[in-house]
Amino acid sequence: MSALSIKDVKKRYGPVEVLKGIDIDIEDGEFLILVGPSGCGKSTLLNMIAGLDTISSGEIAIGGRVVNDLSPKDRDIAMVFQSYALYPNMTVRNNISFGLKIRKVPAEQQRETVDRVSKLLQIEPLLDRLPSQLSGGQRQRVAMGRALARDPALFLFDEPLSNLDAKLRVEMRAEIKLLHEQLKATIVYVTHDQIEAMTLGDRIAVMKSGEVHQLASPQEVYDDPADLFVAGFIGSPPMNLIRANVEDHNGQLGVKLRHDNEAFFFQAPDSIQDSLSKSVGKEVIVGIRPEQISDEISRGDARDDRVRHRVRVDVVHPTGPDTLILIELNDTPVTCRIHPETRVRSGETTELVFDLSKLVFFDPDTEKRIR
Amino acid sequence: MSAEHLTRTAGSQLVGRFLIYALLAVFALYYLMPLFVMLMTSLKTLDDIRTGNLISLPREISFDAWLKAWSSACSGVACDGLKGNFFNSVSFVLPAVAISTLIGAFNGYVLTMWRFKGSDVLFTLLLIGCFIPFQVVLLPMAQTLGYLGIANSIPGLIFVHVVYGLAFTTLFFRNFYVTVPTDLTKAARIDGAGFFTIFWRIILPLSPAIIVVSVIWQFTQIWNDFLFGVVFSSGERQPITVALNNLVNTSTGVKEYNVDMAAAIIAGLPTLFVYIVAGKYFLRGLTAGAVKG
Repeated sequence: MSALSIKDVKKRYGPVEVLKGIDIDIEDGEFLILVGPSGCGKSTLLNMIAGLDTISSGEIAIGGRVVNDLSPKDRDIAMVFQSYALYPNMTVRNNISFGLKIRKVPAEQQRETVDRVSKLLQIEPLLDRLPSQLSGGQRQRVAMGRALARDPALFLFDEPLSNLDAKLRVEMRAEIKLLHEQLKATIVYVTHDQIEAMTLGDRIAVMKSGEVHQLASPQEVYDDPADLFVAGFIGSPPMNLIRANVEDHNGQLGVKLRHDNEAFFFQAPDSIQDSLSKSVGKEVIVGIRPEQISDEISRGDARDDRVRHRVRVDVVHPTGPDTLILIELNDTPVTCRIHPETRVRSGETTELVFDLSKLVFFDPDTEKRIR
Repeated sequence: MSAEHLTRTAGSQLVGRFLIYALLAVFALYYLMPLFVMLMTSLKTLDDIRTGNLISLPREISFDAWLKAWSSACSGVACDGLKGNFFNSVSFVLPAVAISTLIGAFNGYVLTMWRFKGSDVLFTLLLIGCFIPFQVVLLPMAQTLGYLGIANSIPGLIFVHVVYGLAFTTLFFRNFYVTVPTDLTKAARIDGAGFFTIFWRIILPLSPAIIVVSVIWQFTQIWNDFLFGVVFSSGERQPITVALNNLVNTSTGVKEYNVDMAAAIIAGLPTLFVYIVAGKYFLRGLTAGAVKG
């Protein structure tokens, strides 16, 4: 039995279809991320799971029970909001126990729950304060405490870390992950931050314009994007996407990329040689991650699918752990990730190693992967 | 050089400050003058008024005029002062202020937290209500009161003022609640709170500042109203504003300016009181609400 099952859920506002048939199934204890640019429908979907918004068609079931017509309070869920949504007139203690009070849980049990939750989140010293006397991170903790107090079947997080500063965000991210592992809770988590998506999720649903473009584990979404949008959205810096023609080179298919007066032949991985044969002579979009174009120090070993080329460096961006450099292939600026000790300056040439084993190809018309 | 520069700026600041205070003092004097004249006149005897001038101090302070205005001045045929009318006013102003503020809060809550199809249109229509002059609604209101069987009664006056005040109170609360994040309502719904529980336990406790604004506004409007009072009530049910008018315009005997002035001040005291008392809470409410929860 799945903890949450969403079947062909659609949402229309008048003639505008904001969700175009969503299908998602998640298991008990799973951490699902809904990620996408703003306006992709991820928050709408979350609100519909919560019951704060109605669905136009389809079915949502929580713990095997169809909840389409149930009000939020009867869905056995708890939600954490981006704005924290703490009740400003109540102390932290009352914020946490409000839901229990409304549900007429005995006072003794309320107290136990507040104790348990506040211990777990280390907010015991804050219990008698008002939300206005707390910092952003503390408020977020309390908001999570309120959700935990209810011990629901499903936790919903709506961009909970977006209002925090960068440092705190990283801390809270780690804490949410730890909490998930301790409690084995089932979580649906909305974010537009793809690093949050990668680090937290068991699976990621990448959404755009009301559709799920890919639903897979973080590594799969990263290495094996379903289409051009996912490839460009996940990863920072994003995947390099270069337009090139498919060519036959001694019986092997691949693409030729111009660099100054030279042309590099990049052979496609064996697995897609067949499917690429239909596109010989046609234009495709080649995707290669920045870390797949690297230097000797970062990648000592040489293998067949790694080729070396000397290239001219246009721009150098040191980031600390690595240095990003821009080179030009087929008139497209291409980001490469090299070791910071490779001291190279713009205008100079350097030798780079291209890892071709993870090259991905996209059809420029349908934007889908060529597999 | 720099020291001289400093003293020069300090000097010009002092002059500037002096000018500002002088200007403020002049304005304060200008606005306080009528009150001063009223107060002084009300404390004089009639002889004193006849022989002195407008701004002269009373030769001896006498509260007779106040007593008379309160309990024995004649307006029309009855000669029992303003006290009856004062309590008339209290008896419909308090409920009218309370009811219109409460309904306004409720309307604002619905219009912001539970938007429905056409809620914006409804709000716009309500807004138009703010621009309808009193005179326009006199006739339809008279008919409505007739149908409801509450014409020429205190409940009738309450009804009139609640209906007329709703546009304003709704506007106040709606515009205040627009700044309250709707996530608060969502969180409460998930916590299991219903429509009214959210209103009572979450939204209303956030509202002291705007409640005070609404109360000040409504109290001033309704207490000072003359037109509805004179049209929709008569005789001993008249509000104090109407009685004051009758008292001042009664033309038999000597014109007792001291009684008129005392009566006018009595009629104006409650609004003054509301401003002084509630104004403090108003400021306090504003600063308390400034911290986002």
